[in-house]
Amino acid sequence: MWSALQFEFMRNALFASIIISILCGIIGTLVVVNRLVFMTGGIAHSAYGGVGLGLYTGISPFLGAGIFAVLNAIIMGLATVKDRDRADTVIGVLWAIGMAIGIIFVDLTRGYNVNLMSYLFGSILSISKKEIYVSAFFTILLIGWVYLFYKELLAISYDEEFSYVIGIPVIPLYFLTLIFTAISVIIAMRMVGLILVIALMSIPPYIAENYTSSFAKMMALSSVFAMFFSISGLWISYYFNISAGASIIVVAGVGFFISYLLRAFKKRKRWV
Amino acid sequence: MSSKDKVIEVEHVYFSYEDVPVLEDICFSVEKGDFCVIIGPNGGGKTTLLKLLLGILKPDRGIIKVLGKNPRDVRQKLGYLPQHTDFKLSFPISVMDVALMGRLNKRRLGKRFTDEDRKKVEEILKMLDIWEYRHLHVGRLSGGQRQRVFIARALATEPEILFLDEPTAGVDPEHETGLYEILKELNKKMTIIVITHDIGVISRYARSIACVNRKLVFHEEGKITKEMLEMAYECPVDLIAHGIPHRVLPEHN
Repeated sequence: MWSALQFEFMRNALFASIIISILCGIIGTLVVVNRLVFMTGGIAHSAYGGVGLGLYTGISPFLGAGIFAVLNAIIMGLATVKDRDRADTVIGVLWAIGMAIGIIFVDLTRGYNVNLMSYLFGSILSISKKEIYVSAFFTILLIGWVYLFYKELLAISYDEEFSYVIGIPVIPLYFLTLIFTAISVIIAMRMVGLILVIALMSIPPYIAENYTSSFAKMMALSSVFAMFFSISGLWISYYFNISAGASIIVVAGVGFFISYLLRAFKKRKRWV
Repeated sequence: MSSKDKVIEVEHVYFSYEDVPVLEDICFSVEKGDFCVIIGPNGGGKTTLLKLLLGILKPDRGIIKVLGKNPRDVRQKLGYLPQHTDFKLSFPISVMDVALMGRLNKRRLGKRFTDEDRKKVEEILKMLDIWEYRHLHVGRLSGGQRQRVFIARALATEPEILFLDEPTAGVDPEHETGLYEILKELNKKMTIIVITHDIGVISRYARSIACVNRKLVFHEEGKITKEMLEMAYECPVDLIAHGIPHRVLPEHN
């Protein structure tokens, strides 16, 4: 098992997956408890427009995706902040438009781009030192933000109306949450790709929620689960020579179903 | 009575959801130290009125002043118990965490809770008889226990006006009386506005009554009149008074 670590790319991949797991555990908890899973999926997919834009203009596709993700997060936030009931429609529309724009830009770009798959499904094995530093820096920023506004984030996530009544700046914090989510999506995209990222953000918190009555512990536990899934996924991909991103998600998916069955089993004390 | 003693002043307020009028030409005022009970049929606009007073909703027309200002500017001085407390039951949060949430209005953004905050919350939880549950997951409590946790949260804000939307829904009778006794005690320090379907409460605790059914009729004395029942309810009413079991009033025309 340790033999794989003699390769620098494996060591980098391991570090990266630990950092990204912490990131996904924290932001994923906010996403799950605030019912932002669908919106996060929308942000991730619509970021493909930014990938296309990046390829077309020659700027980094990650930068393009980042800009697209943040902009879409803000638009989705504006569209949903007043009317939560129709949020899903707006998100669905932006989701599709973002991807369509990406496809058009890729069509317009000369030559066939072999890297396209890595944006969609991740390529953790090719992650660079610099990218690890950026991910680590952003994760520290996220931890600092959550630490500073923990009470407020907890209050808003649990009971938005009450938070508003007692004077917490609900809307600014909602938008900040969306922006942090968007940037986290782009960073996690490096590992599992923008199509799969939603699983890494939602499965660990879903499982963690069962085992704690504290929001902070849910974040910590989610990070641990995410780490377990990504590291085991990484080893599986190494030994069977298959895609790392997909392996990680399949491992997480197995975890999800085990947890789901355990939950269902616990609740079976009723007829329907 | 000078206007200084009015904690709530409402003048000609209208509110509608989309095109459906919910409240029309609402005018009333509440004095400091009042125990005002809001009654009325389902869909009559009671909760909407409360949300207007709390600054959650914005009136279509008219003026609302709470503590002499726009409700939005005095939010820190208001306590609120929402109608439904059975939401997000799987959310990982303990009784203590929910109650502490009420202290947020005293703390500036990004500051930690102090020992004083915890002391205050401890006091309230003990008063409401739920201190022993402080570490439990809120979602695993019974409806009545959870209701008291949310009352604790409203009290933790140390409000000047306490708004309660059906505080005894799902609470067993023993705790219900206990709760109103606590509110009566709190009423010495703060104005209380409470929505309830329990008309028995009125005779014992209300100092004033607001009947809301799209329009509002305000009664400065806490006594139920025949007109009040007729205005508030368009159907037969079962009235059970405290101390006299099953005293059911006759059907009104």
